[in-house]
Amino acid sequence: MTKLRFNRSQLCIPYAVFLILFVIAPLVVIVYYAFTNGQGNFTFANFINFFAGTNTLGTLVYSFALATVTTLVCLVIAYPTAYVLARSNFKKKYVLLMLFVLPMWINFTLRITALKEILTVFEGNIAKYPFLNSVIGMTYDFLPFMILPLYTSLLKLDKSLLEAASDLGANRFTVFMRVTLPLSVPGIISGMTMVLLPSMTNYVVLDMLYNSTYIMGSLIGSYFSAYDWNNGSLISLVLLVIIFLVTLVTNRFSDKDAGNRGAVL
Amino acid sequence: MKRFFAVCAAAALLVPSTLAFAGCADKDSSVVLRVSNWEEYIDLGEWEDDELIDIGEDGIIGVNSMVDDFTEWFNSTHDFKVRVEYSTFGTNEDLYNRLKLGDVYDLVCPSDYMLMKLIAEEAFVEFSDAFWDTSVEENYYANNVSGYIDGADGEGIFNDEEYNWHKKAACYMWGTTGIVYNPEEVPAEDVSGWDILLNEEYNRRVTAKDNVRDAYFATLGIINKDKLSGADKAERSAILNDTDDGTISRAQEVLKSIKDNVYSFETDSGKADMVTGKVVANYQWSGDAVYIMDEADADETELWYSVPDECTNLWFDGWMMLKDGIGGNERRQTAAEAFVNFLSRPDNAVRNMYYIGYTSAIAGETVFEYMDGNYGAEEDEEQTISYDLSYFFGEDSVLTVGAADFEVAAGGGINRGRQLFAQYPPQNVIDRSVVMLDFGEKLADINRMWINVRCPDLKDFSPVTVGVVAALCAAAAAGVCLYVFRYRLFIDYRPKKGFEKV
Repeated sequence: MTKLRFNRSQLCIPYAVFLILFVIAPLVVIVYYAFTNGQGNFTFANFINFFAGTNTLGTLVYSFALATVTTLVCLVIAYPTAYVLARSNFKKKYVLLMLFVLPMWINFTLRITALKEILTVFEGNIAKYPFLNSVIGMTYDFLPFMILPLYTSLLKLDKSLLEAASDLGANRFTVFMRVTLPLSVPGIISGMTMVLLPSMTNYVVLDMLYNSTYIMGSLIGSYFSAYDWNNGSLISLVLLVIIFLVTLVTNRFSDKDAGNRGAVL
Repeated sequence: MKRFFAVCAAAALLVPSTLAFAGCADKDSSVVLRVSNWEEYIDLGEWEDDELIDIGEDGIIGVNSMVDDFTEWFNSTHDFKVRVEYSTFGTNEDLYNRLKLGDVYDLVCPSDYMLMKLIAEEAFVEFSDAFWDTSVEENYYANNVSGYIDGADGEGIFNDEEYNWHKKAACYMWGTTGIVYNPEEVPAEDVSGWDILLNEEYNRRVTAKDNVRDAYFATLGIINKDKLSGADKAERSAILNDTDDGTISRAQEVLKSIKDNVYSFETDSGKADMVTGKVVANYQWSGDAVYIMDEADADETELWYSVPDECTNLWFDGWMMLKDGIGGNERRQTAAEAFVNFLSRPDNAVRNMYYIGYTSAIAGETVFEYMDGNYGAEEDEEQTISYDLSYFFGEDSVLTVGAADFEVAAGGGINRGRQLFAQYPPQNVIDRSVVMLDFGEKLADINRMWINVRCPDLKDFSPVTVGVVAALCAAAAAGVCLYVFRYRLFIDYRPKKGFEKV
């Protein structure tokens, strides 16, 4: 009896199948729907609908504003946290890290429901501050995604570089600004992408916190539930392009940075 | 490589053979009945012992789920077995989308307008004549459905030419729309019209429904308040089913103001927010209103249900057999009809009503007795009124109920009340009710209107917001620039001379 043997490329087959079924095929479908009308004829009408409609563009702007503010708030909270975590002594560190990751293990709708009650205690009527609450909810939801990449990039940071900098006369502030911060840029970038993009579409948070304004996710959903696959797909496509552009830009940043690090070393 | 293909081939062989087995099982003994119903819209059983409803010899209690009870009943009374695949949907559109994407069901329970849509698409299978044979005792639906809803004699709303649901669908639950409110916070005159959604006194303390049909209906009520007060049935129906472009754009403006005034557009959260007192009034379907009032009673808060003076949306959810599922299979159709009949057995109707709070289309003594047991006045009660339900339960069906639970208007009509009022609207409410038709070709326009309401419009952004956002962006950009130039973030790490890229 011969043994069942696979060579390396065959081991990729399951993933390739997955990729084709769940990534490539849906993409093709989205593109097809985005540029056809209900009768299946090719059209740019959906495209024009989106870019000529002041309310669809308004939604894009609103989602982007919401996502940007969320990302900045996350960054402001996460950077010091990750910095302290990465610097603290070995034993405590994992407990602390665990504390920040722990909420991710609890279902997020449950967490948002709890948050709703907490906010009601502080704000009275939470429906009066829809934007603020959405930012708080998103931050609550996505903070770990910002902390983790920052933490890893700060942890990897070569301590001898910091020592060298202070040996050469830099004070602590300068060391931070000229060594730590530049070297943690990849962490910042990946954290920002991980927060910015999902928070443009995560409309469940808005629904649960009573923000009745649509963001991109809810807009797509509302088209789909009205059997309008075409306009919905086009908006998905627009988001996809935005994600692609953001990734392109951020990749340039991190590449450059990697080059710089190489030069430093 | 050969080996690999062998594995693939084996796997490929396995798939059809399992399918074949499934096919065999289907043919031989049992029929699989695929049912899709609303979430939480059927008795799931597991009642406590003290929940027993004391009607009939043994009383009525839900021990097992309704679906299990049906299977057991069917299998012991028919010459073939049935197995129910029960699934649920969240909205009519959700169900419709699933049907379009190729999900196959034998029996579904959408709302009135979706029934109309499915009828227009001829997706249904008509209920058989045997189903309507009232001489057979097991034809519980035909024997017990209220004449007001679906009479075999050509009477009843289901027989109305405009809707034409008779035989195409069997009514399951029905009700009205109105406003649940806390009488301690909201005086009756404020809930007497749909314009409470716009009332700034209750700014962010009223919820509205998060679906375009309910939102549009209430808006038409607000816009046409004056016209509706003297309108007859046909005029009312025309006004509230008006989908002219002008009306749609007027509704859009009103809905934008509603959006700015309400606590939330909700599908489910409104119930809890009402009970916990986060809001004081809540646009609601009658069945959920009953549920809310029950819950609040447990918390010792008294909530009421009001049907606005202008109009109310009379709605129905009905069982429809689908062509795609039944596919001419007689046994399957028998099973589907038996399922509807089993749910229509009066004791089962009571079980469902108790469990979900909505009102069954089934009339008959058992249900009337149940209502009497629930709401009938105690003997020592001093002030009682007669609550006439003859239109639904047949002549002389009058409940004597405590007067404290109703607000009786000068002319004798009742416009506000508690659970019974929500469950069975009195005649004067029925008189101002309107069935909302399918939007038909106007659906796309109305959906677009709803999206316009919900989406922030670039033109509506206030200069202050724009200024603040611009300032923030500028500050961020300046910060980055400053940092880059001050510390030369991405350049100048390389030595000036002798540097070569590795």
